[in-house]
Amino acid sequence: MGRFIVRRLLASIPVLFLVSLITFGLLWLVPGDPASVFLDASASAEALTRVRHELGLDRPFVLRMGDWYARLLQGDLGTSLLLNRSVTSAILERLPVTLSLTALAFVISVMIGVAAGVLAAVRHGRAADQGMMTLALLGLSIPEFWLGLVLIWLVAVMLPIFPAGDYVPFMQNPWQWARHIALPTFTLACVQMGFMARMSRSSMLEVLGQDFVRTARAKGLPESYIVMRHGLVNAMVPIVTVMGIMVGALLGGAVVTEQVFSIPGLGRLIIGAVLSRDFPLIQGGLLFLALIYLVVNIAVDVLYAVVDPRVRLQ
Amino acid sequence: MNAAVLKTPLMPTQRASFGQRLLANRSFVIGAVLVGLVIVLAGLAGVLAPFDPLKGNFRARMLPPDMSHWMGTDHFGRDILSRVLFGARISLMIGFTVALITGVAGVVIGALAGYFRPLDGPIMRVMDAFMAFPSIILAIAVSSVLGASVFNVIIALSIAATPHTARVVRAAVLVVREMEYVEAARALGAGHARILLRHVLANAMAPLVVRITYVFAVAILNEAVLSFIGVGPPPPAPTFGAIIANGRDFIVAAPWITVAPGLAILLSVLGLNLLGDGLRDVLDPRMTVVTR
Repeated sequence: MGRFIVRRLLASIPVLFLVSLITFGLLWLVPGDPASVFLDASASAEALTRVRHELGLDRPFVLRMGDWYARLLQGDLGTSLLLNRSVTSAILERLPVTLSLTALAFVISVMIGVAAGVLAAVRHGRAADQGMMTLALLGLSIPEFWLGLVLIWLVAVMLPIFPAGDYVPFMQNPWQWARHIALPTFTLACVQMGFMARMSRSSMLEVLGQDFVRTARAKGLPESYIVMRHGLVNAMVPIVTVMGIMVGALLGGAVVTEQVFSIPGLGRLIIGAVLSRDFPLIQGGLLFLALIYLVVNIAVDVLYAVVDPRVRLQ
Repeated sequence: MNAAVLKTPLMPTQRASFGQRLLANRSFVIGAVLVGLVIVLAGLAGVLAPFDPLKGNFRARMLPPDMSHWMGTDHFGRDILSRVLFGARISLMIGFTVALITGVAGVVIGALAGYFRPLDGPIMRVMDAFMAFPSIILAIAVSSVLGASVFNVIIALSIAATPHTARVVRAAVLVVREMEYVEAARALGAGHARILLRHVLANAMAPLVVRITYVFAVAILNEAVLSFIGVGPPPPAPTFGAIIANGRDFIVAAPWITVAPGLAILLSVLGLNLLGDGLRDVLDPRMTVVTR
């Protein structure tokens, strides 16, 4: 097991390197001079020189890249042009909000999604199956940010118990926090719930068609035992893999959802940076999100190896 | 012998043709009708739109839906129905182009990785790195860095969608390249190009077609997000996302501005997803669901 974890960690180093390279290369895509893109046309020559210097554009490419990696290894992502403070600390300050939103939506979409998928597979072809799969497809087809806006409207008009905006941190007032986080969580979970339900259903259907399930039925085991112990346990393998991928989609969705509900998380920070072309902050945000995704997927793979010994030996 | 016996099909086990199986698939038919409807409405936007999508009318601001403005008007007095019809044009155009570019790039990258083993590791590590970024965030960042334009939105969305597509193609190629008919072709002296194009890719197309349909759907969703955030095609282009962003401040006073374009996105994406599901059932029944 230890060897598996070490191997998995080593395998992620090249990907991590490439991720940082892509993030670094982003500044390359800027047409023209990034400094003049950040500042407006009326900026003075001194201001341009200052921003160019802050972005390291006044130095040769190789030196700039060496610098970027030297600082990166110390956890230093540079200074935000807009906020005029360390990118790392700005991100770390906002991170808990985004992580709690993502984690909550993750738990809800997995619980409801898997339950719906299993139920649909058991009721294959019947009304419950068709109804749930229609809902799942609707969930997949709804634009997240639009669903959020519609919920804000419906709730404001009919059910004013959930506030829209003015986020309250958990530490300040847990009850108020729960009221503020409920709608964004639901918005974010809707899409992934649909995805999870479809995935679990197809995985369950495949397992329930296997010979050992027929054998279990022939032995006279109760149906609920067969579905849970023979079906779900085996169907979980692909589902767990997909959970890792889902985290990426949830993080992306959280960024957009935060924008709709005015939640002061990483997403609003990144979007603010995007709109004002604050390149160090954009790069830092991207790098952080990718890092979270990679760490989660290493954890998923380890979990996978715990569940299924065959993975360890590959 | 009576007539009824003669009328029964001679070979009941005969396999239905590809077209017959598609038409018998409910998802595919509903999806095709929805997508067809959206394409016709968008194509005829110039004829169908009752008003100019860009011209405001200060005497008709924020009107709720009525007989002359079926979907109401926005805060500039622009007709929402006309804006949605023209918006569908932009969305479909962007979605289709992204699907096309992603398809070509995905085939080239996926085929190289799947067929030529030494290339597999390096290519797929690069794809893994791209996939580590949430695709919508990657698209937002690229679009913002390049600058807002239809062309740059297409580039950004294609970059975000290509790695997963390449992975799908690679997986299919890996299976097909081990088939006996590929070995037979090689034994007959066929070159790499011929084997790859005529035998491997031709037989690995099914998952790609399905994937491309979903890419189209996701591109429409993501284009709306880019426009909503403000890094999409520049105003006053009536994209779905931009109309929704306009309506955001008036969500309680004038919800119709926001609701109508959202429903248009929902219908287009639902149609494409149904189409994809139908194609998947018929082409490739064992394939699993695709993520956003």
